Amino acid sequence: MRLLIANGYVVDPSQGQNSGRNVLIEDGRVAGLLNYGDGIPEGVEVFDAAGMIVAPGFIDMHVHLREPGQEYKETIASGVAAAVAGGWTSVCAMPNTQPINDSSAVTRFIIEQANRAGLANVFPIGSITKGSEGAELAEMGEMKDAGIVAVSDDGRPVPSAGMMRRAMEYARGFGLTVIDHCEDKSLAKGGVMHEGRMSLMLGLKGMPAAAEDTDAVRDCLLAELTGASVHLAHVSTRGAVEAVRQAKERNIRVTCEVAPHHWALLDSAVEGYDTNMKMSPPLRSQEHVDALIEGLRDSTIDCIATDHAPHHQDEKELEFDRAPFGITGLGTGIGLALDRLVHKGVISIERLVELCSVNPAKIMGLDGRGTLRKGAWGDVTILDPDCEWTFKSSESKSKSRNTPFDGWKMRGRAVATIVGGRVVYKS
Amino acid sequence: MTNHFDKKDLLGIRDLTPSQITHILDTAQTFREVSTREIKKVPTLRGRTVINLFFEASTRTRTSFEIAAKRLSADAINISASTSSMTKGETLLDTARNLEAMAPDCIVIRHSSAGAPDQLAKICKAAIVNAGDGAHEHPTQALLDALTIRERKGRIAGLKVAILGDVLHSRVARSNIFLLTKLGATVKVAGPGTLVPSEFGQLVEEGLEIERSIDDAIEDADVVMVLRIQRERQDMAFFPSMREYAVHFGVNRKRLERAAPDAIVMHPGPMNRGIELSSDVADGSRSLILDQVANGLAVRMAVLYLLAGGAHSGETADLGRR
Repeated sequence: MRLLIANGYVVDPSQGQNSGRNVLIEDGRVAGLLNYGDGIPEGVEVFDAAGMIVAPGFIDMHVHLREPGQEYKETIASGVAAAVAGGWTSVCAMPNTQPINDSSAVTRFIIEQANRAGLANVFPIGSITKGSEGAELAEMGEMKDAGIVAVSDDGRPVPSAGMMRRAMEYARGFGLTVIDHCEDKSLAKGGVMHEGRMSLMLGLKGMPAAAEDTDAVRDCLLAELTGASVHLAHVSTRGAVEAVRQAKERNIRVTCEVAPHHWALLDSAVEGYDTNMKMSPPLRSQEHVDALIEGLRDSTIDCIATDHAPHHQDEKELEFDRAPFGITGLGTGIGLALDRLVHKGVISIERLVELCSVNPAKIMGLDGRGTLRKGAWGDVTILDPDCEWTFKSSESKSKSRNTPFDGWKMRGRAVATIVGGRVVYKS
Repeated sequence: MTNHFDKKDLLGIRDLTPSQITHILDTAQTFREVSTREIKKVPTLRGRTVINLFFEASTRTRTSFEIAAKRLSADAINISASTSSMTKGETLLDTARNLEAMAPDCIVIRHSSAGAPDQLAKICKAAIVNAGDGAHEHPTQALLDALTIRERKGRIAGLKVAILGDVLHSRVARSNIFLLTKLGATVKVAGPGTLVPSEFGQLVEEGLEIERSIDDAIEDADVVMVLRIQRERQDMAFFPSMREYAVHFGVNRKRLERAAPDAIVMHPGPMNRGIELSSDVADGSRSLILDQVANGLAVRMAVLYLLAGGAHSGETADLGRR
């Protein structure tokens, strides 16, 4: 099977490519970039990408697919459908399912379900500790053999520095990146939003930025100590960005991601007590948002990941302090990035492709992804950077509707998603 | 008396204008007289239904709202957490939708979660009155405090008010800070460092200061408001012992000497006697604690009248004797 993505503009920073080219995909792999003048090879299916940007497939390295265990919120099938509709060719699935993905059996189940759904690639992330309880190491080697690409106790961060050190040392031996959700629970306990003027005003218990900062600094120090590859999930504070910046200057192997809501919204959005404004880490105040923007600009931040966290409406429709943390993100991440970052001049389109494709592939060790080099997987995200559209949560493929972005108008979106040379989504 | 109040709900003081606040206080003033009559009832809200939905323990506030509704001839129904369907697993919003289906004119809600009244207001046609939500606001308390101060001092503007104690967990403190600064008073706040976050000073644009010590806050104060230590909202120890609290942060006769000679003392109740406030002060001549309770009734009558009463039909209050 051969597919020619014709007449598009290829943006692929992995090979310094930024020009009008046709992309030929054969048997699921990139066969090469062709000049327009080379004409159309015989017997190929042609996808006309005139006026579009053709990029190596976008990888959302932080999603919650809820299966096994919470299929009423999301299934792997509904999650990958939402992913490809949002422009993501691959997703990395966090392990906080029920049961936790702390064994090869759960890892294999996730991969089987993903194969059955057959839309986006799903790369499972295993837990760091058994049951994500922070006490004993999970069987990382067994899970790696079954297909995990990284380890994380996302949402229930390893509280003990000693335990985290052991985890980093052990994971390093398997070449697994350790992903940490930085939150010192002794500081953030009971908090439901960013601590500051707004939380005091609204009478809601706050989570201080220092709760994220202290763990971020700790992880950078432990990364230095152990030489492990450490990735900080959804950084949301000035202190966390600064910790990563300093660690990188000292050549410590630390990377980080940012979630779109953390730079698209402020903590003041919690006013009105809409539980779709509740997530962890929480929406922060302006100084932190400014620091995130600066981190995106100066390459301290490596990736954009959505932290897609579906919850059923019944669970979200509670008092603010009783509702669960988390919002969906697969449908809005790329649109927000184009609208709020690229069009506002914060980052270039090349940098967007680095943030959403090249860097996630490197950090997660996904060979043959994040690039359109010859021989790479035929995963392609096609962007219409100028398309004006309105996000409607009711049209989302996700089973959940917990988004703060319903009705948002955006300029730019993914208009087609190609996985392994197959067009799995076209708007 | 005509009804110019143009809000559907009373969710907090923060979103009221000074003239709306003054209008409620003026209305309350006229209702005070009703409770001095032999027959303490006017037909103002006849045929209206007021539901008191209390998810948190309350004696004073709930009784006050209930009596207020009854003296206005409204049908008052009380629902407390233990008798509601919440114990069967129904959510707050479902409870509200069900009550709404019975077409009440007003729902008075007290809830331990900040923002619960705001959430109700979005889905209910009935007027929602916040009778205290978590650590957020307690608007009728601030209004009754203001009525009490105005009655004794003749004004709010220009007064120096000290608010002392557990500010962090106090909805009374928040509502009072919003109200008093809107009406031109200067507010000083003090208490243990763990219960008075430094960012609290940014709550309002001007008129609010955080003081390091209780004594500094009391200095020259015209009004001393003492807050209750809210042990039920404290998930960890914010101070070492009640003994130390009483010594370092409690308001007593000696400490009060720093205040203005004619300073008044207030407390929203219920009081931890001998801890945040010594008994000689609480029961002394400067204490207006029972005036506050009496004014609470007038304020709640005014609020119910303005929100559930003539407002929507253009009626005027009928205060005539029956």
